[in-house]
Parts: sequence; C-alpha cells; structure tokens
Amino acid sequence: MFTPAILIAAIFNGLLTGAVYALVALGLTLVYGVLHIINFAHGALLSAALFAAFFAFHQFGLDPYLAAFLLAPAFFACGYAFQRFVIGPASHGDDRNMLLVTLGIAIVIENALLYAFHADTRTIDVPYAFQSIDLGFTFLAVPRLVGFGAVFVVALLLWLIMAWTDTGKAIRAVAKERLGAELAGIDVAHIYAVTFGLGTACVAIAACLLIPTYYVNPSVGNAFVLIAFTIVVLGGMGSVPGALIGGLVTGVVESLSGLFLGDSLGQIGIFLIFILVLLVRPNGLFGAKA
Amino acid sequence: MTRSGMTKRGATGHGIGRFASIVIVVAVLAAVPLVVHSNVTLNFLVATLLAALAGQGWNILGGYGGQYSFGHAAFFGTGAYVTAILQVRYGVNAWAGFAAGIAGGAVVGAVIGGLSFRSGLRGSYFALVTLAFAEVLRIVASVTPITGAGVGTLVKLDLHARAFQFESRAVFYWVILAMVAVSLVITHLVERSRFGVWLVAVRENEDAARALGVDVIMVKLGAMVLSAAITAAAGCFYVQYFLFIDSGIAYGTWISIEALLTPIIGGVGTVFGPLFGALVVKSLGEGAKLLAGDAPGLDLVVYGIVLVLVIGMAPRGLVGGLTAARRWCGRRWRPASIPAEEAEHG
Repeated sequence: MFTPAILIAAIFNGLLTGAVYALVALGLTLVYGVLHIINFAHGALLSAALFAAFFAFHQFGLDPYLAAFLLAPAFFACGYAFQRFVIGPASHGDDRNMLLVTLGIAIVIENALLYAFHADTRTIDVPYAFQSIDLGFTFLAVPRLVGFGAVFVVALLLWLIMAWTDTGKAIRAVAKERLGAELAGIDVAHIYAVTFGLGTACVAIAACLLIPTYYVNPSVGNAFVLIAFTIVVLGGMGSVPGALIGGLVTGVVESLSGLFLGDSLGQIGIFLIFILVLLVRPNGLFGAKA
Repeated sequence: MTRSGMTKRGATGHGIGRFASIVIVVAVLAAVPLVVHSNVTLNFLVATLLAALAGQGWNILGGYGGQYSFGHAAFFGTGAYVTAILQVRYGVNAWAGFAAGIAGGAVVGAVIGGLSFRSGLRGSYFALVTLAFAEVLRIVASVTPITGAGVGTLVKLDLHARAFQFESRAVFYWVILAMVAVSLVITHLVERSRFGVWLVAVRENEDAARALGVDVIMVKLGAMVLSAAITAAAGCFYVQYFLFIDSGIAYGTWISIEALLTPIIGGVGTVFGPLFGALVVKSLGEGAKLLAGDAPGLDLVVYGIVLVLVIGMAPRGLVGGLTAARRWCGRRWRPASIPAEEAEHG
C-alpha cells in the first residue's frame, strides 16, 4: 500500500524536520546538562523568537537567514539576563523552584505575546519558500534543506565553543562538578547564565530556520518543546550528540507514524515512546551514567 | 477571630485550633451568597473555589510529598469525562457519575503513580512523565468517539437536585464550598497522621526516609491516589456546573498549571495554601482585567509574574510569608505569645 518511494520521501522529510527539532532540543539539553533543570520557558522563548523573526521580515524586510545573525546574539543576551537576574536569584538554588520560575516566565512570555498580537496565526512570504530540489524519487524543499545544513553548522560551532574556549571549559567543569568549579575560581552564576544564553540562542536560530516554511502564533512553541523534551530524554538528558541523533530519529518516527496512523495519532506515538523511555531507561538510549 | 487558634505548630500541638479555623473560614465563605446576590460575583467565587479544590489535590502530593506534578489535568479531565460520559451515554444518575468520576481519577492516579514511582522517577523526570501522560490523554480524548472527539460532550440541562444541577448559582456555590471544606479537613487529617509524617519525610529526604523503614513507594502512591481523587472531584464539579467538556479543557495544560499555581502561591504544604492562593490569583486576574479591559492573556501574565515574585520573595508561599512576618512581629512586640499560624485566614 505504501510504495518505497513514499516511504523514502517520508524518511527524508522526517530527517529535515528532525534537524530543527534537534536544534531546539540542543538548547534544552545544554541547559539541563549544566543547570540540571528542565527549562519550561524554552517553548515560550521559541514563540517569542518566531515573532521576532516574523517582525524582522515584515517590518524591515530582513531575510530570516540574515536575521539569525542579529537574533542569536539578542536572544543570548535575553537568556543570560533571565538566568542571571530572574531565575537564579528567585529560585534560591532549589531545583524545584527553578522549574517553577521557568514555568512562570513561560506563562508571562506566552500570554504577553497573546495580549500583544492576539491568537492569530501569521506567516511570511519569502521568494524561496516553495523552491525545491528534484532528487528523482522525491522533492526536497530548499528552505528545509538550508535548515538541515544550518543545524549541523550550529552544532559544530557549539562543539567548538565547548571544546576549545575557556568559557566552554568552564561550562563543562560546572556541569561535572559545581562545587569544585566554584572552588577553582569559576563564577558559577555567570556560567549558568552563559549556558542559559546559549540555549536561548539555539532557539532563536531554530526560529529563523523555521519561519520561512512555518507559521507563528503565541503558543506555537509548545508543540515543539514537548517534542524537544522527548528528544532530550531519548538522547539522554545533557547529551549533545544524543540530542542531534534523538532529533533526527524523532523527526523520522513522527513522519512515519503520521503516514501510517494519521496526524494526531502520530503524535501519540511520540509521547508513548517518551513515557516508555522515561519509565524504562530514564538516562536515555545513549546515556550510560546515572 | 485572629486569636481563635492558639496552637503551637508541630507534633505536640492539638488539632482543635485548626479545625476551628476551618469551620470559621468555611462559615464566613458560606455567608457570602446571603449578602451578595450578583451572579457575576458568585461565578467568580465558584471558579476560585474550583481552582482551590484542584490545587488542594496537587498540594497533597506536591506540597506534602514534594512530588511536583505538571500533569494534574490527567485527573481533572478523567473526573470530568467519566461524570459526563456515564450520564450522557449510559444514563447513569449524576451523583453516581460524580462518585465514579472521583474513583476514575483515583485509578488514573494509581496507574501513573505506580508506573513512575516504581521506575524511581523524581524531580524533573516526574514532572515530565506526568506532563506526557496528560498530553497522551488529551490526544486520545480528542480523537476517540466516546468522548465526543473534537466536538466535546454536552450534558443535558436538567435543573433538578437529583441531576446534580441547580437553578440558583448560590446552591452550586455551597456545593463547591462543601467540597473545598472536605478537602481542607482531609488535608488537615493527613497533616496530623502518621501517613502525613511519612510523606513529609519522603519530601525532605527520600533516601533517609527509606533508611528509616518508610515504604517510600507506597507512601508516594497513597498520596498520588488521594491527590488525584481530590483534583478529579474538581473535574466532576466542572462538568455539572458548565455542562460541557472537551479535550482542550479537560486535559489542557492550563488545568495542570493552575493546579500547581494556587498552592505554590498560597503556601505549599499548608492546609489553607491552595484556598488562599486561589483567592489571591483570581482576584489579581480580575483586577488586571478591570484595569486594562478584558484582553485575552493579561490575567495570565499577572499570574506568571506573581508566581515568580512569590517564589523569589516568599518561597513558602503567602501563608508562609505571613506566618514568618507574624512570628517576627510576635518576637518583637509580644515576646510571650506564639501567634497562631491560621490566624491570617479568619
């Protein structure tokens, strides 16, 4: 009933979608790996970034791919400030409080967007939105291919930062042994904020890659972030390669289960995998250490 | 009234003071419809008490047990759907449906709790798994025919007490107030019971509690079932009051958020926290609407800001903050007396 061509097309499309999922998950897993909290504001920040990319194009005619170079630093600064001046001080170092503070920020951002821009769904019109490449057996949309490539560039950049810069080394030190890092003279509050900023910058880039083919409304980020949670858990919380592979796998699973089960049941497939992994292997498929 | 309960906090104190303050608070609230006849006000108060009831359920598990659920909509929604479906599709009496709804919520709580506690999920992981269960239920409810799928389920209007429907808003108000009163008493009894002490021990240090011989999984499971039943009761009432339910309302993320918002803002792990928190947030939300017009989203922005402020400035909630303030005042000006904790609620 499903010809190989349809299946292969679904797998390719799943991979392309999965790459953007992976980028969203990358930000989330980074924050988890260092701060050991689930950032519930991640989805709301994605919605905010999508709005920013939308208005950059709509008001100033700025191409989303160029806007990424502006929005990534801007959202890095936002994320840094949130962690440094709101989440950090308000949570008194308690994990459960951090969860709640990020939830509070999520509620504020999402509803401020709703208040300012109403629930309308908006899209932008870029000339290359419908361009595609013919592979013989299937068509691949150009903007999604660009997104796919960009995700790997961002991941490589992130890896370089983590591996080679002093800040990256400090981040890894704090992630491994907070107290030891503090004793060695690392400013933990600053590193936490930098990490949160990097996670938020990932979201901003993801937004710029999404907006040419996607839409924006105040709650659009939630759908992504639930999937990103799944990916982070699949790949092992805090694992960067896990997030990349988990993202691609999730994209393919969603695409295939959508094909076989229909869209809404396809989503159930993702959540059931999520619950199963949580219950059976909470450290993720690739996570080894407890 | 403020001097009514002169009890010390802790195991040595007796429980009469707290019972007295529950009676006083409920009596004051019960008198409201005798004074206020506006349906708008009563609707507001019903919504507030509904949030307080759902929050009290969360408070048992999250406040006393330290297990922060982000998916209490799973219980609210199950209670609502069971009540509605039994009445509409099987012609079951509304009161029986109501009881079945509470039981249904408790069963869902037992299943989710059993699975996740047995796997040792805590902290962020527990938050995520509860969120995911609620999402799965929402998606299932949005496609299966028995729930009315995307259209939702409408309960027939039948304004008789035997159908659990009342012509007067005031009666509905008294019903939900009675349910809140029961939840206050249950929470108080839990707080003073051996089970409650185990629960707090698990919250403070799970490994230490286990080492002392507390059956951690059973204690958490017990709290989850009780918690689920109370939040499910709120769902059952919702259906009888609004006569409509769909998957977005029943299992919506907002239900889960509101259930944790009220106890955390009011005072997490306190008997009156959820009620107090619900009164504060709902009033602030209405206030924001009055000031800036009824724009969607504005009241929720206020909720979010209050949540962050409360966690930042009074991590034990407003009740905890007030208690600390009173203790401080007491030490300063009345060194002999220890102010009763419940005095603020009178």
